[in-house]
Amino acid sequence: MSVPESLFFFLDPNRCIGCESCVQACSECDTHKGHSMIHLERVNRYESPQTIPVVCMHCDSPTCAEVCPADAIKRTEDGVVQTARKPRCIACSNCVLACPFGVPKMNTDYELMMKCDMCYDRTSEGKRPMCATVCPSQALFFGTHAEIQALRPRSRSLNTFQFGRQTIHTKVQMMVPREAPVMHIDVAAAWHDPQGEDEQDDPMLSAALFELPVLSN
Amino acid sequence: MAAAVGLATTALMVVAILIGSRRLAHFDAALVGYTFATLFATFGISYRFTIWLQRPPTAMYWKRGWQVFLRPDSLGRNLVQWLKRLGAIFFANSFIWRRGISRGAAHWLVMWGCILASAITFPLVFGWIHFEFTDATFQSYTAVMFGFPVFSFGIHSIPGYLIFHGLVWASFLVIAGVMIAMRRRMVGHDARALQRFGEDFLPLILLYAVSVTGLMLVVSYKWMNGYAYDFLAITHAVTVIGTLLWMPFGKLFHIFQRPAQLGVLFYKDAGRRGEQARCVVCSQEYASLMHIEDLIEVERQLGYRYDFPEGSVDHYQRVCPRCRRLTVAAVQTQLWASAAVPAQPEISAPPSHS
Repeated sequence: MSVPESLFFFLDPNRCIGCESCVQACSECDTHKGHSMIHLERVNRYESPQTIPVVCMHCDSPTCAEVCPADAIKRTEDGVVQTARKPRCIACSNCVLACPFGVPKMNTDYELMMKCDMCYDRTSEGKRPMCATVCPSQALFFGTHAEIQALRPRSRSLNTFQFGRQTIHTKVQMMVPREAPVMHIDVAAAWHDPQGEDEQDDPMLSAALFELPVLSN
Repeated sequence: MAAAVGLATTALMVVAILIGSRRLAHFDAALVGYTFATLFATFGISYRFTIWLQRPPTAMYWKRGWQVFLRPDSLGRNLVQWLKRLGAIFFANSFIWRRGISRGAAHWLVMWGCILASAITFPLVFGWIHFEFTDATFQSYTAVMFGFPVFSFGIHSIPGYLIFHGLVWASFLVIAGVMIAMRRRMVGHDARALQRFGEDFLPLILLYAVSVTGLMLVVSYKWMNGYAYDFLAITHAVTVIGTLLWMPFGKLFHIFQRPAQLGVLFYKDAGRRGEQARCVVCSQEYASLMHIEDLIEVERQLGYRYDFPEGSVDHYQRVCPRCRRLTVAAVQTQLWASAAVPAQPEISAPPSHS
């Protein structure tokens, strides 16, 4: 079994309404039953209700797997990066600290790294992942490119990310505006305000739109 | 390098067999097939182990693990901790029981069955241990290890019964563990989605085959007057030798990898006592500074370039995982804002409506 080549996972954090349906559904995924692998982050953009769901992006060249000293993280032939293999994982947390997207979780009780497997028990049969099945705003969407284009005519998807001098290609695609003249998502761009110095003087505006968010737990 | 280590380890094993069996005086030639399979496994395991240690992350934590363990100021404490952890993690498999009762039971039974069988089989095969009649009455045996008499026991005594059926008890343990593991692999949806035949089923099948054919030998000579004993002996030998030959390449290699977990725990101990890394974004502590610096070095060795040539942040590794999650989302928001269109203008409908 493998994930059909025509199906993709599309992520659009902008659309998240913070309902936590994905968190609940994720814990029902059979590959990590009872444990939710979704990070639903709350962003306090000066009292903004914005939340963002974070799932594994399933990198083509997964840093988590490369830095694993136990060689415990494997990637399937169809590009799904799996949770650490239980006999091998030595719970060093290298993967947790190295993932550019901040995805893996260390379950200290089990001494085991766990992460999103893209519901491989479902997606390898052509079904949608649990989170995408229940997401009411379709911030998490699983389907074909034709479907997403029909649903989001002003959007397009990108799966190339830039971290410093490192380029990472992912299986999961992120939605960006069709007009955005970028070929990749430069993560460092979030650390400065492209709108000019004047607007940076307005802390609320800059934080609301462009600054790295102020965090709250 | 790896081949040289493999050959050296194998040569050491040959020397140990020669010395332990008193120049093969107590070596049983009928078991020579097992011996050569063991020597092959020794070469393969040490070869693969050496290759494994050469990977940048493994090399880093292998070196660091020993460094922090052997620090003079904490060696005593580390030795005490090592004994505790050896008991809890290795002997009791505490962390596996926490993952699930059936998972813990399966692993514990298989592990102790294999340890018991290995402790009996290898010394016998290598001629390191043999049994001699204690006296002319022929009523008791003396166990002789490396040529030295160790202890005696009556042939028909309870200790004698337990010792001579040691492999039977080991087989019972392994078979029970394999059955529990097999059931979980066939019923559990998590296992069914991710498991591989070679990685997950084959070791169980091999261990089961070794145990059952071994038990059938006992059944043959005890209750069937030795019926088909030769065939069963060859079948058992094939299963054991096959398992030994496969050991360096498959899942059972984790037996040799897994002890590294203890080194990681001491690395974490040292990290907790040392300086902590603070996220350059949120200023929260998120890991030990030693770990972060080591990881940056490992990533550089692997060819990853998460560094920033300009600016106040030199490396993306200085950002904590949570701030990374927020940063990726923030830059997507920024793209929507810079495109000067409403972030969510589209009214989406289910795919079936499109």
